[in-house]
Amino acid sequence: MKRLQTTLLAAALLGTSAASMAEDAALKVGLMLPATGTYAQLGTAIENGFKLYVDQAGGKLGGRGVEYVKLDDESDPAKATDNINKLIKSDKVDVVVGTVHSGVAAAMAKVAKQTGTLLVVPNAGSAMITGPMCAPNIFRSSFSNRQPGFAMGKVAAEKGYKKVATITWKYGAGEESVGGFKEAFEADGGEVVKELYVPFPNVEFQALLTEIAALKPDAVYSFFAGAGAVKFVKDYKAAGLMDSIPLLGAGFLTDGTLKAQGGDGEGLLTTLHYADELDNETDKAFRKAYSEAFDTVPDVYAVQGFDAAQILDIGLQAAGGDVSKTADIAAAVEATEIDSPRGKFTLSRAHNPIQDIYLREAKGEENVVIGVAVEKLDDPAKGCRL
Amino acid sequence: MDFSIFLIQLLNALQYGLLLYLVAMGLTLIFGIMGIINLAHGSFYMIGAYMAYALAPLAGGNFFITLVFGLVLAVILGYLLEWAFFSFLYEREHLQQVLMTYGLILVFEEIRSLLVGDDVHGVPIPALLSGSIPLGDVMTYPVYRLFVSGVCLLLALGLYFVFTRTRLGMMIRAGSVNREMVQSLGIDIQFLYRVVFAAGVALAVLAGMIAAPISSVYPGMGNQILIICFVVVVIGGIGSIRGAFFAALLIGLVDTFGKVWLPEASGVLVYVLMALILLWKPSGLFKAGG
Amino acid sequence: MGIDKGKAVFVGLIFLALALYPLVGDSYGIGLINKVMIYAILALSLELLVGSTGLICFGQAAFFGIGAYAAVLLSPEDAAASIWLLLPACVLAAALYALFVGALSLRTKGVYFIMVTLAFAQMAYYVVHDTALGGGSDGIYLYYVPGMDTWLDLGKPLILYFFTLLFLVWTFVFLAILLRSHLGRALAGIRINEQRMLASGFTTYPYKLAAFVTSGGIAGLAGFLFVVQDGFVNPEMLSWHLSGSLLMMIILGGLGHLRGALIGAFAFVFLQEFFKSTAIFGDFAKHWHLGLGLTIILSVAILPKGLIGLPEWVQMRLFGYRNPRQVERADAREDRHS
Repeated sequence: MKRLQTTLLAAALLGTSAASMAEDAALKVGLMLPATGTYAQLGTAIENGFKLYVDQAGGKLGGRGVEYVKLDDESDPAKATDNINKLIKSDKVDVVVGTVHSGVAAAMAKVAKQTGTLLVVPNAGSAMITGPMCAPNIFRSSFSNRQPGFAMGKVAAEKGYKKVATITWKYGAGEESVGGFKEAFEADGGEVVKELYVPFPNVEFQALLTEIAALKPDAVYSFFAGAGAVKFVKDYKAAGLMDSIPLLGAGFLTDGTLKAQGGDGEGLLTTLHYADELDNETDKAFRKAYSEAFDTVPDVYAVQGFDAAQILDIGLQAAGGDVSKTADIAAAVEATEIDSPRGKFTLSRAHNPIQDIYLREAKGEENVVIGVAVEKLDDPAKGCRL
Repeated sequence: MDFSIFLIQLLNALQYGLLLYLVAMGLTLIFGIMGIINLAHGSFYMIGAYMAYALAPLAGGNFFITLVFGLVLAVILGYLLEWAFFSFLYEREHLQQVLMTYGLILVFEEIRSLLVGDDVHGVPIPALLSGSIPLGDVMTYPVYRLFVSGVCLLLALGLYFVFTRTRLGMMIRAGSVNREMVQSLGIDIQFLYRVVFAAGVALAVLAGMIAAPISSVYPGMGNQILIICFVVVVIGGIGSIRGAFFAALLIGLVDTFGKVWLPEASGVLVYVLMALILLWKPSGLFKAGG
Repeated sequence: MGIDKGKAVFVGLIFLALALYPLVGDSYGIGLINKVMIYAILALSLELLVGSTGLICFGQAAFFGIGAYAAVLLSPEDAAASIWLLLPACVLAAALYALFVGALSLRTKGVYFIMVTLAFAQMAYYVVHDTALGGGSDGIYLYYVPGMDTWLDLGKPLILYFFTLLFLVWTFVFLAILLRSHLGRALAGIRINEQRMLASGFTTYPYKLAAFVTSGGIAGLAGFLFVVQDGFVNPEMLSWHLSGSLLMMIILGGLGHLRGALIGAFAFVFLQEFFKSTAIFGDFAKHWHLGLGLTIILSVAILPKGLIGLPEWVQMRLFGYRNPRQVERADAREDRHS
């Protein structure tokens, strides 16, 4: 501790000369991701994806070598501000990458906006981050909660469903996803007959499944992720509803969960910005490299981590590795078509991906692409003043 | 809501209630008899669920052999834990035990992460019980859920019998009311406690193993069920096996019908129920030892 | 009951160290210590109930969260609020909820009381989590820091630091005086043997309620400070996880002593920081819960009185002149509140 302080002091005394050296020094990347708790696995996938890109780029981002500082965000919003402050002020990171939990990401966005630190959000889909909190230095490499829902709304209408019930957890991500579904589905002439909510993170679905059986809608749209998604699909199947009332979902319902669902998810249609068996070379190369490096198949979270690094690389190259040139970074990222494993996409003014949302079908342990549900889907970015 | 749907919901409520009872039973046993507020009870449930997943290959994939393996391990674990971490704590303030069990939660969760990783896993329903029964025109009811309910009912009856009809049960009940007196009668209370603790752990582990095929297996699953189990135990009256039974059914009803009739308030209903009951009966519905 | 000089000096030194810290600390350190001081205020509010009165409240986070949400919801949307209006409003909001909860829950005892306070906290949690009132599960921002552009601009870290320190000292001194007053002696009586107090014709209920409301108000103050520092509130601030952590802090520090709450808050946060440090543990820092858990278990095993018992434990180990039973008896006689 004492030595750290002396070095800091020395650095401060050196003043300008230290600043001019910054471009040659390693780029410090703060990885603020969940390492414990329910989202731990997602954190690992994001970190792996990020590191894979950096390794492929010769260990460099924007021409600078990369040094990692990792911090467990615990998915706890109450600690989020302190945690990101630690990375920025104490560890002196140049950029922050994080996180999964929307509440934590919301707190991170606020600090990033205040301090001007580069922030790339590799998962949390909260509308707030690329809405009211949007800023030139804040980017999202994943999705907005609305996007997969909206795309599924289109698909459901095309399939000729008239009356659909929705079910999700009572929390921000679920409500935004259902909101997106409803918006598209009702615009195309469908009707959401009932919005069912389960208290978050309760996984006792039986009562609402019975409700669905009583309602007999044409289909059900659902948003669940992780353990909740595993249990929901198993319960839906066990209740015998799978054959009579088609289940639709945002892709998280079957992403990384099919194995645990033990075959009950077979044939499910979901929408997401990534899928298995995409016909593009970037994805094939990515999958091969990822499997070799980490001995496991990559998922959508790994892709989001990979693209987070890619976005940083594009921006920093344009800025000559100088993280303080926010305007240059933003301009370069906005102007570039990003060659992602998910297919090419661009970032909007609010820095949310404008991307193809795929329609996928669960086969075995894969979500095989069967088409594009909506091409180049944007997000309205309500409240963003950029 | 037509009548057949109402009946199905009633079945859902009973089934959920019985599952809660299965987990809460061990908690009320340890809580009521040893006076330990065992925050780590949820961890034992989690350990059970992970055993159902991780021990299955050792048992050749046979669910019932896995159950036996798990139960044996659970009893040993409970016995050792009581000896190592609790035997010296009885003279201390209760809150010391709370702190101890809190520490154990953190340790168990990390050991789980180190040994099995952080993935979500599914546990297949044993083939023997994988069928389902049609209910109404679109719904079916899985046989396995009925099996779980059956196991819960059997255990409830079994425990009730042990408590009211056997010498061990008598000693345990006496111990929960007056520790010193039991000791002065020449009963080895230390051993008695160790047995009760091991039984409590075994019940939680059993609950986790049996619930695993329905609930799947995931990090943090123990903490999720912990609070609701405390609610069950407290509503029923601490240490009351019978009380926990009725409280669990009550919670099952309120949770199930709350989600249907009062969806806006369904998260909070259980707590409103607990507050109301405790304001009406400040020490739960039933007396200890019953 | 006089004031033990040694303990007063010890606490005074802690406050002095806190006052001098900004001279050596960097901006992250100042922010962190600021946050720990807020938790210390919160822990002190809980200590008044748990350690001093024997009422184990498992819902303290609710009062904290209500104070914080009040600060956001009562602030005007496009301007900074006045500290002198907003701060009392937050304290009042938390105290009012505490009055409501206390009035009902104090009918119960022991573990039942623990669970009723939890129930009321969970109700508050679900209200902010499930309704649009406070931004739902994502939380809500405080866009303008109270006192902005005045001499007391709480947006400036150093000003906020000393503002928080002032309230920490105030809370400590206020509680120390309160516990020596008529009310405090009544509370101590309730902790030691409420049955006896009741039997001698003493109505304990109003005293317990007064303690409960005071505690809730102080927790609301901590909530206000928290939201001013972070500019953000989230339903998790009301969750039972935080209520649990607060209990751990005061038990770890040592129950029945105000300085135990103070030490406990600091120790709890620093233990986490220590085990999370990748500089020390490298990649194993991912499993920091393990180290924290083992330390907690160890501290229960060897320090029955919490961290404030540490000097005695060291003395005993080194010189072995007081046996534990004597220590305990001596402690029961001495003044527990300094």
